[in-house]
Amino acid sequence: MKPRIKSIETKYMQDRQEFFSGLKNLDRRSFLKVSAAAMGAAAASGLLPGHSFCPVSVAQAAASSNSSESFRFAYISDSHLYEKKINDRFVRALLRAVEDVNNLEPQPDFVFYGGDLAQLGQPKELELGAQILKDVKAPLRMMVGEHDWYLDLGQKWQELFGRPTYSWNHKGIHFVTLNSVVERDFWTKRGLTPMERMMTVAGLDNGMQSPFSVGRQQREWLKDDLAGYSNDAPIIVFSHSPLYKLYKKWNFWTDDAEEVQAILKRFERVVVIHGHTHQILTNRIGNIHFHGLLSTAWPWPYAPEGMPELTVEMNRPDPFNTNDGCGDGQVHVHPDGLVDKIYSLWNRKPITVARDYTASWGTQSIPLKPNRPSY
Amino acid sequence: MQNTSTFANFKFILLSAACLSVIIMIAACRQENQLTTCDGEGKVQVAKDTTGQALADALMDQWTRDHPDRDWTTEEKQRHELKPPADNSSLLTGGQAEGNTYGQPTERDLLTWTRETEKFVLEGSRIFHSADLLKSTVSVSCDMCHPHGANTHPETYPKFQTQLGRVLLLRDMINWCIDNPVRGERLEPDDRRMRAMEAYIMAQRSGTKMNYGKH
Repeated sequence: MKPRIKSIETKYMQDRQEFFSGLKNLDRRSFLKVSAAAMGAAAASGLLPGHSFCPVSVAQAAASSNSSESFRFAYISDSHLYEKKINDRFVRALLRAVEDVNNLEPQPDFVFYGGDLAQLGQPKELELGAQILKDVKAPLRMMVGEHDWYLDLGQKWQELFGRPTYSWNHKGIHFVTLNSVVERDFWTKRGLTPMERMMTVAGLDNGMQSPFSVGRQQREWLKDDLAGYSNDAPIIVFSHSPLYKLYKKWNFWTDDAEEVQAILKRFERVVVIHGHTHQILTNRIGNIHFHGLLSTAWPWPYAPEGMPELTVEMNRPDPFNTNDGCGDGQVHVHPDGLVDKIYSLWNRKPITVARDYTASWGTQSIPLKPNRPSY
Repeated sequence: MQNTSTFANFKFILLSAACLSVIIMIAACRQENQLTTCDGEGKVQVAKDTTGQALADALMDQWTRDHPDRDWTTEEKQRHELKPPADNSSLLTGGQAEGNTYGQPTERDLLTWTRETEKFVLEGSRIFHSADLLKSTVSVSCDMCHPHGANTHPETYPKFQTQLGRVLLLRDMINWCIDNPVRGERLEPDDRRMRAMEAYIMAQRSGTKMNYGKH
């Protein structure tokens, strides 16, 4: 008999119901046993998001918890803050994300912010964001997005958060953060004011702006930065835009992506984690594994063409729930440098794009397919 | 003595010249006409004997000054790419059109159709992309979730909107979005802005098969 197909949401609610009704039937001794096991598994992996019931992730966590080298970090991205008096919805969403990462037990090694903290680069927007992010308990690493940059060309952002391009080492992994939203000067010739420039860049589908790039200066810096690392060193790169060419019309695109990829090519395993696309997005080009980040503000539709084959799209978001398709998440870094990318969707069961999925070119650990495709 | 007399003469000549120019200017003013530009708003002064190209240029210059957004359709198209309307050039061929006004369009007709249709749609694009024109109280515009009108799927309407428990048309969903994420001013179904936004959203799905009721 053909099994009845249930939606992710239905399955989730049933799992949850079963879990809670099961708890009612336990005697004290069994309860302690079950809860200790659950806590142990969650604690060992940290894969259980603080706000979400997730048996699948617990099982995966148990399998990978043997290695003492693996670790995880959390992420928040694309909050697009207006001042609170203009629009408090996006502010509340960032507060929720901060609460999520602060509730993770044990705490992640660090929290990475993926760019576009502000909507229009206003000093008050960036200051508000900085103030909210001060509450993050774990160490915070920041990346810049185009919405943060193009009012004053990064002046305020750098004043608050420092240089946008930097690297560091953590537990055997070399991490690099780039500013991949460098645009050619399209404003001087047209005589645009700083605000007009900002408004142009802030429109995803505004064709007056230039494509994003990393630029020669940062590429040179990257070459130098990586010079001392052998080919088997695990590298994780953060960029706001995807470091490949997906869809130029929305700047799901980095113009000099091939040149950046060429610098990363000699390494056996590279992971690139990017913001900007506000969706579950997975790709692999040779040795480079790419993962997107969720936004706390709103989800974007998928690009109408050029989608990477490895991407299993998320279900079309429900406009009647302002949080649907939004969220934050975690990255579980394996000792070899490849990652399980966990998308902690606020209105849905979390989705994990496992290390084995990209490592096997999509033949193993395949995430569930959507039943409502993007238009 | 001689020098003083020469200086006095010189002053007299200067004064006469000044008076003469004032007289000429007054006379010239009397010879001017005030004209109104084609929009009925702009005013332009031209000498009475101005004719032909000079007259047209004067009027055009004034109209240009009065309409700094005169190229808004071109600019809007550059800003937000628009799918082009259908190509009707095949209508210029065929032999049965003689004596049939409807069946005998000219190239000029085709250009007019394209230009006017695009203008209608571009007005929708302008509103779709502007929190101000949508009168949003939270600085949200449609393109923030629907770049280039993506994920608006006009071809699926009318359909039963599960969340509201009734059948909606595209315009109902536009108004729902204005009410909710945009927090703007709800539009009457025949409001100029509603018609323009419907036009833009449908134009952006050109070539997609109609599929009403699809979820």
